[in-house]
Amino acid sequence: MIRFLFRRVSLIVPTFIGVTFLSFMLIHLVPGDPIEVRVGERGIAPARLAQLRHEFGYDQPLWKQFVDYEVQLAHGDLGRSVVTRESVWREFTTLFPATLELAVCALLFATLVGLPLGVIAAVRRGSAFDYGLMGVSVTGASMPIFWWGLMVILVFSVFLGWTPVSGRISDAFFIEPWSGFMTVDCWFADDAGACRSAWSHLILPAIVLGTVPLATIARMTRSSMLEVLNEDYIRTARAKGLAVRRVVIVHALRNALIPIVTVLGLSVSALLGGAILTETIFSWPGIGHWLIESIQRRDYPVLQSGTLLVAILVIMVNLGVDLTYGFLNPRIRR
Amino acid sequence: MTNWSATAGTLALAALLAGHAPTAQAKTLVYCSEGSPENFNPMINTTGTTFDANRPIYNRLVEFKNGTTEISPGLAEKWDVSPDSRVFTFHLRQNANWQSNKNFKPTRGFNADDVMFSFERQWKDSNPYHKVSGGGYDYWSDMNMPKLIANIEKLDDYTVRFTLTQPNAPFLADMAMDFASVQSKEYADVLTKLGKPELIDQDAIGTGPFELVQYQKDATIRYRAFAGYWGTKPKIDTLVFSITKDAAVRMAKLRANECQVAAYPNPADLPSLRADPSLTVLSQPGLNIGYLAFNVVKKPFDDVRVRRAINMAIDKKAILEAVYLGSGEPAKNLIPPTMWSYNNNVEDFKYDPEAAKKLLAEAGLAGGFETDLWAMPVQRPYNPDARRIGELMQSDLAKVGIKAKIVSYEWGEYRKRVQAGDHQMAQLGWTGDNGDPDNFFATLASCAAVPNSATKWCNKDYDDAVTKAAATVDQAERAKLYEQAQVVMHDQAPYFLIAHSVGFQPIRNEVTGYVMSPLGGHLFNDVDLK
Repeated sequence: MIRFLFRRVSLIVPTFIGVTFLSFMLIHLVPGDPIEVRVGERGIAPARLAQLRHEFGYDQPLWKQFVDYEVQLAHGDLGRSVVTRESVWREFTTLFPATLELAVCALLFATLVGLPLGVIAAVRRGSAFDYGLMGVSVTGASMPIFWWGLMVILVFSVFLGWTPVSGRISDAFFIEPWSGFMTVDCWFADDAGACRSAWSHLILPAIVLGTVPLATIARMTRSSMLEVLNEDYIRTARAKGLAVRRVVIVHALRNALIPIVTVLGLSVSALLGGAILTETIFSWPGIGHWLIESIQRRDYPVLQSGTLLVAILVIMVNLGVDLTYGFLNPRIRR
Repeated sequence: MTNWSATAGTLALAALLAGHAPTAQAKTLVYCSEGSPENFNPMINTTGTTFDANRPIYNRLVEFKNGTTEISPGLAEKWDVSPDSRVFTFHLRQNANWQSNKNFKPTRGFNADDVMFSFERQWKDSNPYHKVSGGGYDYWSDMNMPKLIANIEKLDDYTVRFTLTQPNAPFLADMAMDFASVQSKEYADVLTKLGKPELIDQDAIGTGPFELVQYQKDATIRYRAFAGYWGTKPKIDTLVFSITKDAAVRMAKLRANECQVAAYPNPADLPSLRADPSLTVLSQPGLNIGYLAFNVVKKPFDDVRVRRAINMAIDKKAILEAVYLGSGEPAKNLIPPTMWSYNNNVEDFKYDPEAAKKLLAEAGLAGGFETDLWAMPVQRPYNPDARRIGELMQSDLAKVGIKAKIVSYEWGEYRKRVQAGDHQMAQLGWTGDNGDPDNFFATLASCAAVPNSATKWCNKDYDDAVTKAAATVDQAERAKLYEQAQVVMHDQAPYFLIAHSVGFQPIRNEVTGYVMSPLGGHLFNDVDLK
């Protein structure tokens, strides 16, 4: 197990270097630098442009800028936003809880709904429910998030008035951020109305963000279950006279879980990708929103270090998934 | 039991879903804004989003009267201007108080030290705050302050004198701009002692009608009415900026009464917003101009007949109908008609391709010629779709034998190349900063502006009139000079002037006292809720 862990962890360092290199090069391929992008119709005097470029170090050769950035990272300094002058780490830690809160809720929604649906579809293979579910899940997996988000807002918030349109909490409530998780902070503030508001604000974005993973989980559960249900040991269990529910849940589902755990792991990166759009539609103040804006503003430090932090996160989740396999199936550890 | 569970479940669900309805509390106005401010100091920023977020907090020596570009007293109760427009003496009000926060409890009210600190911070390298937060004072430089200001003196605790290097009547309007906001020197001193000088631009302290309570990046800015405000107290208790970047979602929030005022609607949404009985859509002609600039130092645009011919060859009305969709008015002068000194006697070129052909023949170009036609890659209020406008112009020009090739670059590159004069014809525009005609005439088309200007046009008659106007105090006299300048500009045709766009502002019917600013900002000082 330790060797397995060591092998997995040793792959992380080259991945980090690759990620920093890619994020650095890609943003520098985009025309315009943070200073030029901010200049309006009035223009900027060449001397002033040169001075500002010098102050930020953009007049250095690209390789030197990259090396300086790596050295800075090695000192644990992620840099400061060119636009807000805030440290990237501070901005990330302020915004990340919102993304995490939304992603966890979306994943819970996707798993709690997708898993049972997949199991039922597998057990009732060929039924109308099975065909209906698969049809809906193909639609769900291929739904453009932006369109889907605006549609649910129009129906549930504007026409029916059941849910709030966007944001994390009603503006009528004033909650001091403590943990950054609105559902936790409202609880500490001892304000039941604020908590209701925070949860109700989570409903639509979690559904929208969870739609694609839900469809994937349902489909994967179904096919994985179908495979397991044909195994000999399931037939044996049935032959022993065990109740169908027990056969399905205890014997089949547990063995069908491995590919589903993979899908859950992969869903985390999909969720972070989807969060960029979902956060934009629902004005959810998370890191997706933040990274998109950093591209528009060519805010190099935010984009480079922000991408790195997200990459670390995804790598950690993947590592967690790999380790979970090890526990679920000891043969993988070797 | 089952019934009881079902009822409890329904109630819980209803309670959860009803959670978003604001509870009846103090009067709160929510404004759906379009983005996060860069920080809370207008001196070091240039974006309208940041200015909007700072305006509730800060004051300037003079202010724009709400909904107009007229100058009214701000932190200066009155002022004297020397006959040659070189010396401006401001008499400060003695009843203005500073706001407070967890790091700062003011021991004195506003005085001349604060004015000296705020201007010296931008002006002098020696000021300890000059380098704080990056030290980039773009507007200060853009408004030519480093060259314009000769001296700033504190005459006594409530009198400050600005001496300029040259006569400059628009200086007063410059002082009402956001970059001229006043910060507290005492607060700066406290933060220096705490070793956190950068907080001056984050946890803002001002003398304005609202104080900053909380800012959550990309989520909300919360303000409270400032009890110690020197002016008319705000009628609302709490002002919230709910940061909502997507225009469609902002409008959805407005309809759902999650906000009462929403910024920048999509033009395509205007008909449905107007049809909504709970909303009112305000409109206001913008202080802007969209144009096609001829590079007059390049052939054949050095010939005024060619420039006039193009002015007659393009169908302006068709562009307004097809691209501005009713949100623009045709431009015949550089400044919009709402601005003082607008010369309505100038008669716009008539769309007349035959006359244009004749003029081209006179200029020796009977067979037409080839040119480039640059289209900006970005959308601006004064030009909603430069590419589409370019195509319409291209087809009109083809009818008189001019073969125009549409060219575009990434925005930074585009602007840089236009400034360098790489183009023959380029679309660009301008949005006014302070409502003074000088901000259009001198900034865009004076001889001093040539290094940056899109036309590279320098005309002595025009330049004399504009320079003289800037040095004249009497507004009527200035207006006459600008009217002359407009006649010269029309005659020399360095531009094909396209349009001045109209700004729209949807608000809920329960909002009263909201007035659109011709300068494009959003102000909530006088707003109330029915």
